[in-house]
Amino acid sequence: MKTTDKDHAALANEFNKDAPRVDWHDETLWWVRQKRDNAVKKIPGWEELREAGSQIKNNVLANLSGYLKQFEANAQANGVHVHWAIDAKEHNEIVLELLQSNGVKKIVKSKSMLTEECNLNEYLNLNGVDVIDTDLGEFIVQLANEHPSHIVLPCIHKKKEEIGELFHQHLGTPAGNADPVFLTETARRHLRETFLTRKAALTGVNFAVAETGEFVVCTNEGNADMGAHLADIHIASMGIEKIIPKRKHLGVFLRVLARSATGQPVTTYSSHFKTPRPGASTHIVIVDNGRSKQLGREDFRNSLKCIRCGACMNTCPVYRRSGGHSYNNAIAGPIGSILAPNLDMKKHADLPFASTLCGSCTNVCPVKIDIHDQLYKWRQVIVKSGHAPVPKKAAMGAMTRVLSSPVSYKVAGKLGRLMMKRAPFAVNNQFNPWYKQRELPVVPENSFGEWYKKNRNNKPKDI
Amino acid sequence: MKVGLFVPCYVDQFYPGAAIATLELLEKLGVDVQYPSRQTCCGQPMANSGFEHLTGGCNELFIENFSAFDYIVCPSGSCVLHIKHHLQSDKNEAKAAAIRNKVYELVEFLTDVLKITNLKGSFPHKVGIHQSCHGQRGLQLSQMTELVAPSFSKPRYLLDMIAGLEIMPLDRADECCGFGGTFCVAEEAVSVKMGKDRVADHIRNGVEYITAADLSCLMHMEGILRRQGSPLKVIHIAEILNGECTV
Repeated sequence: MKTTDKDHAALANEFNKDAPRVDWHDETLWWVRQKRDNAVKKIPGWEELREAGSQIKNNVLANLSGYLKQFEANAQANGVHVHWAIDAKEHNEIVLELLQSNGVKKIVKSKSMLTEECNLNEYLNLNGVDVIDTDLGEFIVQLANEHPSHIVLPCIHKKKEEIGELFHQHLGTPAGNADPVFLTETARRHLRETFLTRKAALTGVNFAVAETGEFVVCTNEGNADMGAHLADIHIASMGIEKIIPKRKHLGVFLRVLARSATGQPVTTYSSHFKTPRPGASTHIVIVDNGRSKQLGREDFRNSLKCIRCGACMNTCPVYRRSGGHSYNNAIAGPIGSILAPNLDMKKHADLPFASTLCGSCTNVCPVKIDIHDQLYKWRQVIVKSGHAPVPKKAAMGAMTRVLSSPVSYKVAGKLGRLMMKRAPFAVNNQFNPWYKQRELPVVPENSFGEWYKKNRNNKPKDI
Repeated sequence: MKVGLFVPCYVDQFYPGAAIATLELLEKLGVDVQYPSRQTCCGQPMANSGFEHLTGGCNELFIENFSAFDYIVCPSGSCVLHIKHHLQSDKNEAKAAAIRNKVYELVEFLTDVLKITNLKGSFPHKVGIHQSCHGQRGLQLSQMTELVAPSFSKPRYLLDMIAGLEIMPLDRADECCGFGGTFCVAEEAVSVKMGKDRVADHIRNGVEYITAADLSCLMHMEGILRRQGSPLKVIHIAEILNGECTV
C-alpha cells in the first residue's frame, strides 16, 4: 500500500495541481458540513448535548482504569472473552492467534479505524489471512490498494467514474458504467457471497458500556451485523477510550454522533452486542497503543474524548483542500493532527502546522475537544523537542532578534521597504512562496511610526 | 481614559492608512489616545510557528510600552487574541495579567467599551464582511456558524451606521481565508487556494470592497486579487468607519 515520506505541504501541493478536483472535494465535504448544520439546528439543546458529551467523557478519562475493569468483569460475565493489547503489534498478534487457532484463513471486517491504525490488513495478509473490508467505502479503497482518506467517508476522495473503473477492473462490471445504484448493487452481491463463506468477523466498537459489558457498533450499511451474525467468531477491537459509564449515556452520544458525522438523526444501525449466541464466540481486544501516554499529557489528554464522527474534517478548510491522504496517517484532518504526534512525533511533526488555527474544528466537535488550541500546543512541543526544520529555526531566531529591539525593528522595516521599492526583484521572485501566486503589498512612503512622529508632535512623549 | 494605540508590525510597515484611520476615529470619538513609539510586534509570528519560547523579549517590550494605559486598542483581532492568550512575564506577571484584560480589538472597543450608537460617515458601496477567524472565533466579534446560538455581529453593527453602505451576504459566512501566519508560505498551495475561494465568494455576490477587522487576511486576499487583476478592493474596517477613505 502507498506510503510516503513527503510532508503535508508537499502532498497538498500535489493535490492542488488539479484545481477543479480540489473544488469538487471541497464542495462535497462542505455539503456534509451543511447537512450537519441543518441537523444540529433542528433539535433543542444541541450545545447542552455537546457539553453533556464532553463532561461524560471527562469523567471517563479521569476514571478510566476503574471503568475498564468494570467493563472487563461484566463482559466476561456475559460470556465474552477479553484480551488486552499494549500496542498495535500485540493487537495484531492476538487477532492472528485467534484466527489461526480456529483454522480461519479468511475474514470479513467492518467499521474499524483502529485496525487501520494498527495496519492489521497488511499484517494478516503477510500471515496468510485474507481480509475483506465490507463497508462500501472501505471495500472501494481496498480494491484501489489505498488507505481511507476520511474516518467516516473512507473513499470521499474518489469520483464515481473512478469507482466504476475500479469495479470494471476488479469485479468485471461493464466499462464506463458509473451509476452509483448499479455499482452498489454489484458490491452488495459480491459481498453477500463473501459474508456467507467467512467464519470470522472483525468489527470496531463505538461505545463500550462499563455497567453492562455490552458494546455498541454504529453503522449505516448493517455490515457489522451481517458479518458478526453469520460468523462463528466475532472479534471486536476497541481503544481504551471507547468506554462510557452507563447505557443511558448512549442517549447523549447516539444523538450527537450521526448528526455531527453526516447530518443524519441517528445511524441506520446502532447494534448492541452483549452475549455470544450459542455455538459462537465473541472476543474483545482492548488496545492501548499510545493512549495511556496521551492520557498522561495534560495538554493533550482530552483528545481521547474523540468519538470519531469526522465533523472536524468536514469543516476544516485545509482538509477540504488538501485531501485525507495528505496527512499520511490513519486518521487525517484536525483530530488526526493532534493524535498522530503522540504516536510518532518526528514522523508527524508536520501535521500540527497543517492548519491556520481558524478554530472551526473546535466549534463542531460534539465532545468539545479544544482541537485548535492543541494544534498550537503541539507546535510548541514539537519545536522544543528538536523537530523544527533548520531553516525555520534560523528564520525565527533572526526574527526574534529584530522584533525584540525597537531600534533594529525600525531600521529593518525601513531597509525592507526601501529594498521592496528600489529592488523589487529581491522579493518578487520564484524563491518567495508568497509571490508565486500573490502580489506583495504596495510599499508606503512612511511607516505609521514615521507618520505619527511627523503629524502628532503636539502630543506628550510616550508614557 | 488613556488609551494606548497598539499597531501590529506589518500594519505599521505596509498599511499605515489603517492605523491612521484607527487613530483619527478614536480621536474623533473623544478618546485620549497615544501611540508608544517603541513598540514592535506582539510575538505572534514566532509563537504560532512553535517558537513561543522566543517571545520573551517581545513580551517585556509590550509590557514596558503599554502598562500605563487604561486600555490598549489595536486594529487587529489576531494580534489582540495573541496578547490575551499568550502575553506572560516572569518579571512582571501582574502587569502582564492586567494587560491581558485591558487589550481590545478596535471593533469590540467601539461596541463594548465606548458603546457607540451612531457614526457619521458615508460609504456608498457593496461591501462583503470577511470574518477573520481570530477575531470571530477567538474574540467572538460575531456569532459562529458552527454553533447553535443567537446571531450577532459587532462589525456589522458598526457598518450599519454608515450611510449608503450595503452589506452583501456570502455563500460561506465565516470560512477562513487561508492566511494563517507562516502557514501562508509553508503551505503555499492550500493557503492560496483558500484565498482564491474566499475572494471568488465575494465576487460571486457582487461585492466591491472586502472589509475585515484584520489586515493580515486582507493583505493575503489583496495579493491574490491584484495578481488576478481584479477590480475588487480590500479595505480595513477602520478606514470605512473613519469616513476618510477615498471613494
